[in-house]
Amino acid sequence: MVIDNMLYNLGRYVTLMRSTVARPEKFSMYYKETIRQMDAIGVGSVFIVLLISVFIGMVTAVQFADQLGDSFVPSYYIGYIVRDITIIEMAPTITCLVLAGKVGSNIAAEIGGMRQKEHIDAMEIMGVNTAAYLIMPKVLAAVVVIPMLVAISAFVSIIGGYISTVLPGTISHTEYVLGLRSFFVPRYVFMMFVKAAVFAFLLTSVSCYMGYYVKGGSIELGEASTNAVVVSDVLILVFDFLIALLLT
Amino acid sequence: MIRTQDITKSFGENEVLKGITTEFYDGKPNLIIGSSGAGKTVLLKLLVGLFTPTTGKVFYDDVDLFSLDDDAIREVRMKVGMLFQGNALFDSMTVGENIRFPMDMFTKKTLKEKTKRVDECLEMVNMEGINDRFPSEVSGGMQKRVGIARAMVLEPKYLFCDEPNSGLDPKTSILIDELICDLTNRNNITTVINTHDMNSVMGIGDNIVLLKDGHLVWQGDKTQVLESEKEVLQDFIFASPFLRRLREDALKQRHAHD
Ligand SMILES: Nc1ncnc2c1ncn2[C@@H]1O[C@H](COP(=O)(O)OP(=O)(O)OP(=O)(O)O)[C@@H](O)[C@H]1O
Ligand SMILES: [Mg+2]
Repeated sequence: MVIDNMLYNLGRYVTLMRSTVARPEKFSMYYKETIRQMDAIGVGSVFIVLLISVFIGMVTAVQFADQLGDSFVPSYYIGYIVRDITIIEMAPTITCLVLAGKVGSNIAAEIGGMRQKEHIDAMEIMGVNTAAYLIMPKVLAAVVVIPMLVAISAFVSIIGGYISTVLPGTISHTEYVLGLRSFFVPRYVFMMFVKAAVFAFLLTSVSCYMGYYVKGGSIELGEASTNAVVVSDVLILVFDFLIALLLT
Repeated sequence: MIRTQDITKSFGENEVLKGITTEFYDGKPNLIIGSSGAGKTVLLKLLVGLFTPTTGKVFYDDVDLFSLDDDAIREVRMKVGMLFQGNALFDSMTVGENIRFPMDMFTKKTLKEKTKRVDECLEMVNMEGINDRFPSEVSGGMQKRVGIARAMVLEPKYLFCDEPNSGLDPKTSILIDELICDLTNRNNITTVINTHDMNSVMGIGDNIVLLKDGHLVWQGDKTQVLESEKEVLQDFIFASPFLRRLREDALKQRHAHD
C-alpha cells in the first residue's frame, strides 16, 4: 500500500517534470518569471541564511575547540575543521533544509492555491503549458541562486568560527587563518556546489509537485505544504548521503 | 461547431453525466440549463478538456479533442475563451494585467497596443477605468465582467461562459447577454453558456440544452420553451406560480393572434 503510493507519486512526479521541459510559449514571460523567482528565493532568503550560517560556524568552532582541549592536536586545526565541515556538509545541507522549510512550503502553497482557485485551469484554457510556466522558472531560479546562497553560507560560517574562537582569545588570529589555509582540497568546493544544485532542484521540484496536484480545500493545502517540506528534507538527506558516496 | 457523442462522466461511484449527445452551433448562443448539481459545469469543463470523459467523444469541427496530444490541444485552446463560475482571476495581478495576460503570453503586440486592447475590452463590459485595481478590490459582479473581458481579449473562436450573469443585477445581466450574443453573431463563434437565468433563456436562447440528473432531457429554442408541454422543462423554467401565469398569458396572446 505504502509502496504503491510511493510508486504512484514517483511516476506522476517524473511525468510532471518531463512536461516542464518544453519550448516556452513566449521567452520573455519565462525570463521575467525566472528573474522574479530569483529575487523571491535568493534575495528573500539571504537574511535567514546569514543568521543560520553565522551560528553554525560559531557552534562548530566552539565545540571543536572544546574537544581539542589539551590534546596534542595543534589548535590551528580549528580553522581547518570549521572550513571543511561547513563546505562539505553544513553549508549545503543545513541551508537547503532550512530553505525547504521557507521556500518549499511557500511554493507548494502558492501553486496549490492557484490549483484550488482554478487559476491553473484558466491558464490551461488559454493554451499555456502550466507545468512549464509555473514550475520551470522556479526550478531554474533555485538551481542558480541556491548554490550562491550556499557559498555565502560557507563563507559566513567560517567568519562565525572566527568570531567565536579568535575574539574570546581561544586561539589567535594567525592560528585560525593558518588552519583555513591548510590541507585545502578544491574538490570539496565542487562537491558543495553539486550538493547545493541537487538539493535546490529537489526542494523546488518536489514542492511544485505537491502544490500542482492539490485537491480539496484549505486543510489539503496545509498538508501539501507540510508534505513539501517533509519530503524535500528526507530527499535532501538521502541525496546528501548518495553524493557523499559518489564523490568521495 | 462542437459536437458531443454519448459522453458519460463519473467521479468514482458518482455518475454525473449519463450519455450526452448534442451539438452546439456557430454564430448563435448555445445555452446549457439545468438545476444546481445537474452537471452543467462538469459538461462545460469536459467540452474544453479540463475533464476527460469516462466514455464518449467531443468534436471541434470534426476534430476529436481527446485524440489530440498535449501540444495539439494547446493549439485548439488558443482559440478558446472561458469564463469560470468562480471567475478564476489571477489575484496577484491587477485587472488590467489579468486581461493583458493572454496577450503577453501569445502575441507579439507592443505594450501600447496591448494597453489599448485592454481598455477596449473593459469598455466592452462597461468597466472602463478599473485597470489598476486588484480583483479583490472590485465587486463580485465586476469580477465577472472582468472575467468575460479576459475571455474575449484574444477574440476566441469558441467561447464558454459558466453562469456569466449570476450575481449581476437584471439590467447588467441583460447587457452581458447582449454583449455575448453580439460577439457570437459578429465573429460567428461557437458560444456555450451555462445559466439558470430565465431572462437569458427567453432572451438569447437560440439553442437550449436542458440537463437533469446528468441526462439531456430536452433541446430546443426559446419559442419552443414556451410551447413545449414537456413536464421536466416546464417544471424547471416556470418554477414559480408567477412565471406560470406569465407563460399562460403569453400563450393566450399568441393564440389570439393566430
Ligand atoms: N471534481 C469533482 N469531483 C467529484 N465530483 C464532482 C466534481 N465536480 C463536480 N462533481 C459532482 O458533479 C455533480 C454536478 O456538478 P456541477 O458542478 O456540474 O453542477 P452544476 O450543474 O454546474 O451546478 P450549479 O448550477 O450549482 O453550478 C455534482 O453532484 C458534484 O458533486
Ligand atoms: Mg456550475
